[in-house]
Amino acid sequence: MTAVQPLQLLSPEGGASVEPPEGLDPERLLSLYRNMVRLRVFDRRALNLQRQGRINFYAPASGQEAAMIGSAAALEPQDVAYPTYRESGVCLQRGMSLRTMADQLFGNARDLVKGRQMPNHWSSREHNIVSISSCIATQIPQAAGTGMAQRFRGENAATICYFGDGATSEGDFHAGLNFAGVFRANTVFFCQNNQWAITVPVTRQTAAPSIAIKASAYGFEGIRIDGNDLLVVYKTVREALEKARSGGGPTLIEALTYRMGPHSTSDDPRRYRTEQEVETWRRRDPIERLQRYLEARGWIDAEQVERIAAEAKEEVDRAISEAEAVGPPEPETLFEDVYARPTPQLERERRELLDLIRRGVVSRVTHTPIRGS
Amino acid sequence: MPVMNYIQALNSALNNAMEEDERVVVFGEDVGRMGGVFRVTDGLQKRFGEKRCFDTPLCEQGIVGSAIGMAIGGLRPVAEIQFMDYILPAYDQIANELATLRYRSGGQYAAPVVVRTPCCGGIHGGHYHSQSTEAIFTSVPGIHVVMPSDPYDAKGLLISAIRSEDPVLFLEPKKLYRSAKAEVPESPYEVPIGKAKRLREGEHVTVIAWGVMVKVCEKAVDAVAEKGIRCDLIDLRTLTPLDEEAVLSSVEKTGRVVIVHEARRNTGYGAELAALIAERALLSLEAPIRRVTGFDVHCPFTLDPYFLPDPPRVALAIEETARF
Ligand SMILES: Cc1ncc(C[n+]2csc(CCOP(=O)(O)OP(=O)(O)O)c2C)c(N)n1
Ligand SMILES: [Mg+2]
Repeated sequence: MTAVQPLQLLSPEGGASVEPPEGLDPERLLSLYRNMVRLRVFDRRALNLQRQGRINFYAPASGQEAAMIGSAAALEPQDVAYPTYRESGVCLQRGMSLRTMADQLFGNARDLVKGRQMPNHWSSREHNIVSISSCIATQIPQAAGTGMAQRFRGENAATICYFGDGATSEGDFHAGLNFAGVFRANTVFFCQNNQWAITVPVTRQTAAPSIAIKASAYGFEGIRIDGNDLLVVYKTVREALEKARSGGGPTLIEALTYRMGPHSTSDDPRRYRTEQEVETWRRRDPIERLQRYLEARGWIDAEQVERIAAEAKEEVDRAISEAEAVGPPEPETLFEDVYARPTPQLERERRELLDLIRRGVVSRVTHTPIRGS
Repeated sequence: MPVMNYIQALNSALNNAMEEDERVVVFGEDVGRMGGVFRVTDGLQKRFGEKRCFDTPLCEQGIVGSAIGMAIGGLRPVAEIQFMDYILPAYDQIANELATLRYRSGGQYAAPVVVRTPCCGGIHGGHYHSQSTEAIFTSVPGIHVVMPSDPYDAKGLLISAIRSEDPVLFLEPKKLYRSAKAEVPESPYEVPIGKAKRLREGEHVTVIAWGVMVKVCEKAVDAVAEKGIRCDLIDLRTLTPLDEEAVLSSVEKTGRVVIVHEARRNTGYGAELAALIAERALLSLEAPIRRVTGFDVHCPFTLDPYFLPDPPRVALAIEETARF
């Protein structure tokens, strides 16, 4: 079967004749471009931090900046986002500071999730970014439920659910889309088909001609888009969110993109994919594509490009050195947040641990986790 | 005060909870129109509308997964899994997602979800309508596990569960649904989560049970009383968090203990109780800790009377423990 052609506004050459979609004026476009650059710089620095042994793990976003920044830019503050471990860009675009993001990578005492999760598991209630689980696809029925609650309560709000191509093979994908369809949940399902689930290509996840087509089995629209085209990502997600907020039900969006780096710091992509494939996608780079467009329209010049890159480097460096200077959380925090209030058992276990530390039997954790630790 | 069976008491609790808090929604397979295969949710859809009591697609991970999302979205979901035997597709959503949410978000998010499910055997349901797998949930922090043994506690604990800020797995021994009756107030009241109840008082042996086994143990304890053996009978009601004080203070008094559960012996919750007693009250013991449990087989259809502990088996264990 032939592949279904994705919707596109900006071709890889970045055609100057295209008008930006509603909601994206030159100033906003520039701020999104800036965030894409900040994201890429953060991503490279985080990978390097792990290679230098200063953090324990990282899963990069490079190549997927347009899909992440474009989709998150379409969200209103009251919309709820369920990201995965790869969605650094969604956190950044929703307003999480680089410092807060860096705190999470270290799992330090300032980390919003109190050092309880591996790197890449950001969460911030303030930004409506729901806690990330490492389990693939479990957030999909949850996002359906939040969209059901929004509809139930008559809120002018929607939920966006992020997941990858691999996740579409899980039972939770079926469960979540089916519930959302049946209950007309205010949920937008945003699949970044980055072609790979660790070492397994998308052709091993499905024999269907696209992922988007699966929406029809659940009674709602599926749209396949060029995920490296910021304009089409923003436009499609914005329209789907508006539809969801106004009671029109869910949408499945499949954004075709590519994970330029490794799955995570634990694998070497050269072992399972060709340099030729990577090169093909390098020519579709989402940041370069947007930059060419902005240049052609006269909305950015070489000096701005340089300044944005330089500022991003400085900002990221500062965030990381500040985060690295913070130590690990205090031992007693181990027992917080299991329940709303600690049970008698947890109180006793807390006393037991503190006593062991006091007597020197258990040594205090003095560093945040580093590679191989 | 009206006399209610277990089902009526649960139904009364759900009516109260839905009246007092419009965020409460009740759903599951056959829960809406039909009022549940055991009729626990009978009349709720008619009274509160299809929005608040509804049928879901046949999908346990969808039921619990969407319940988590609904709670994050500001509702108070009470989800039903039709039989505990069918909760396993939702185990990931319960153990990895629901129970961890508060902790993994650093206290920023919580999902106060109640998952209700009929459990245990005694209705000739074979392996797939008889299991009591509470122990695969009691080992998970972040969720409370309760199993009330009579209608009064069932109603009060369900109200507490729905009002709780934490998720609760609410286990309903289906054998008690129609057989257990008690005086139950119409108005809402709470029975606290985490508190056991002493049903008989005696100085010779401590008998610990929950769910249907409480009824079995009542008969056994009354039978041995005629032979002069007086027992403390403790109905745990809540498994996690365990009322350790109730268990340990009784064992310290009697020095002898029989633990009775319907679930299989291997790694059943009784093992945790035995370990707790060994760790914290060993020197009070005057006899080995004794367990009376289901055998380590799959719960059979025809032969389930062998599988389920009955009053004579429990009485024998009490007598032997008392005489040791
Ligand atoms: C339920 C489950 N199974 C396996 C894994 C291990 N795992 C982590 S990421 C991953 C691949 C996910 O691929 P995809 O959904 O395409 O997302 P991507 O990483 O490409 O963004 C796997 C198999 C997991 N985290 N959860
Ligand atoms: Mg993928």
